[in-house]
Amino acid sequence: MSEASPIFEARDLSRHFDVSKPALQRLLAREGRRTLKAVDGVSFAVPRGTTMSLVGESGCGKSTVARLAVGLYEPSDGQALFEGQDLAAARKSVSQRRRMGMIFQDPYASLNPRWRVADIIGEPIRAFGLATGAALKEKVGSLLRQVGLSPADGGRFPHEFSGGQRQRISIARALSSNPEFLVCDEPTSALDVSVQAQILNLMKQLQRELGLTYLFISHNLAVVRQVSDRVGVMYLGRIVEDAPAETLFTAPRHPYTRALMEAIPDLDMAGRERQPVGGEVPSPISPPSGCTFNPRCPLANDRCRAERPALIAARGTPETRVACHAVEEGRDGFEARAAA
Amino acid sequence: MTEPLLQVRDLVVEFPTRRGTLRALDKVSFDIAPGEVLGVVGESGAGKSMTGAAIIGLLEPPGRIAGGSIHLRGHRIDNLPAREMRKIRGKRIGAIFQDPLTTLNPLYTVGRQLTETMQTHLDIDAAEARRRAVGWLEAVGIPAAAERVDAYPHQFSGGMRQRVVIALALCAEPEMVVADEPTTALDVSIQAQVIALLKRLTREKGTSVMLITHDMGVIAETADRVAVMYAGRVAEIGPVRSVVKAAAHPYSAGLMASIPPLSHKVDVLPQIDGAMPRLNAIPQGCAYNPRCPHVFDRCKVERPELIPATETRAACWLFDSHAPRERAHV
Repeated sequence: MSEASPIFEARDLSRHFDVSKPALQRLLAREGRRTLKAVDGVSFAVPRGTTMSLVGESGCGKSTVARLAVGLYEPSDGQALFEGQDLAAARKSVSQRRRMGMIFQDPYASLNPRWRVADIIGEPIRAFGLATGAALKEKVGSLLRQVGLSPADGGRFPHEFSGGQRQRISIARALSSNPEFLVCDEPTSALDVSVQAQILNLMKQLQRELGLTYLFISHNLAVVRQVSDRVGVMYLGRIVEDAPAETLFTAPRHPYTRALMEAIPDLDMAGRERQPVGGEVPSPISPPSGCTFNPRCPLANDRCRAERPALIAARGTPETRVACHAVEEGRDGFEARAAA
Repeated sequence: MTEPLLQVRDLVVEFPTRRGTLRALDKVSFDIAPGEVLGVVGESGAGKSMTGAAIIGLLEPPGRIAGGSIHLRGHRIDNLPAREMRKIRGKRIGAIFQDPLTTLNPLYTVGRQLTETMQTHLDIDAAEARRRAVGWLEAVGIPAAAERVDAYPHQFSGGMRQRVVIALALCAEPEMVVADEPTTALDVSIQAQVIALLKRLTREKGTSVMLITHDMGVIAETADRVAVMYAGRVAEIGPVRSVVKAAAHPYSAGLMASIPPLSHKVDVLPQIDGAMPRLNAIPQGCAYNPRCPHVFDRCKVERPELIPATETRAACWLFDSHAPRERAHV
């Protein structure tokens, strides 16, 4: 599977937003234009049939990558490739466009409250001309069954369902055009924990049955561990670490990844004292020079403050790509930790 | 055990609606000891925030307390007139809410909000209040507190604002704080800082905390005891380790099991099928019975009260030693 060509690939992908004040105000304040680099040179690949997750805190650019990956945004720089073809070009063709879909975070906002569920799920089928009449009805019914609802639910409205059931409807809609690649932007963060388990199990089951490929966006590392084959950790618009899921969780390399894992309250640690990571995420409008994590990093030195680290294979865990001078120079104490 | 600081007994909160009265809290009872941190967990709509709001006298109308009692150090506070309650809220019971932006007044400097709170509740002059305001900002870890005291809420980041809210809740030296999802709006790295701060300050001052959250990890690290709520009732209450590691009530056990672990990957997460009932459709007997894997006949008829279970107290007939359980033959 690892040798198969990736279904989706980001090459040096960037998306910048102009957040300047209006021209007159700028003139009076004698300011230049201001650019927010929401995604700043991100590269990763999602092999077919696997789940790649992007994880990070708010403002790290993970949702912007999700939108770039389905063509809701145009890249400012770099490329988004769908099966090696430029995504924007691929989306011009209906037969390609139906092969990708998206599941959004908020099942209350992403379903039209005035439409019946059958119409919501049937819309992509109609739009792509995949089925009509009785065949359409049959297809909607089987999609509802597939996500654990009943075909009779098609006649009801979204408000008649609980949050978890609505997310099932979102999934059914995303599946209706028989896609192969699904981008899931925080699909469970609006749900309660027992319902979250239902949805995660359903997504994994559908992946096995239909051979789906997921790009999974989440801020929750525990959820990411359960669903991912590979994980990219994002910080201020860049991927700082990209590794197979098991490697990332057993041998995290980037100081930010390690801090993030340290910060998560876990059930097993009842009563334990922890050392929270200091400082806050800087503004992405004026990020620090060099490595953007340097003001919060215990390993930062002059090089970290001056030179932006490249994402390269890590010493000791070659499957991991990490953007950190300390790891590259062997200053991160990995060998000592591994020996202990 | 010492006399409880807060004693909630059979608390009932109702909402009249056009289609009849909804019972949002149904005979909720628990105590909080002086200096204790009680965690309250449950899913959305279980009544956690409603319980907190009832205690601080901020139930949103038309919601009203329709039964039971709340005592603070032996004095009844649930039936006080609004004027009297205002003297207790802030002075004796502080409050921290989820969203620091709506808690803070955007038109006042944080210093003014702190000094105003202290001068309302403590017998101190303006100069002393300002001195203490700077001290509080230092205590909650705001850098350059002496200058930042004159800044407005929008000039702070989300994590810093929540620190200001904590200072505001504690500055009148209350005996207890109701913290409703204090870290939910924050990122994990900031969340850890805020939880550590809240823990340290309340321990130093001996303040009791009622910590309401849906995040079991936060509870596991912070609380002494935990109450698990379901459909407006307390399903289980007990020491934090027992509830997390050896929950007796099938709902608490299911809830704990469904949390994705960070430490390892599981093939299929244990899940609780179905969803919590709506307030207008709470089943007879135990509210959890339609989803419970251990349900038997009695559960569908008779409502269980909190009774001693293995290490906790659980509202579940499985632990009734007087009447032998009769499991339904499924």
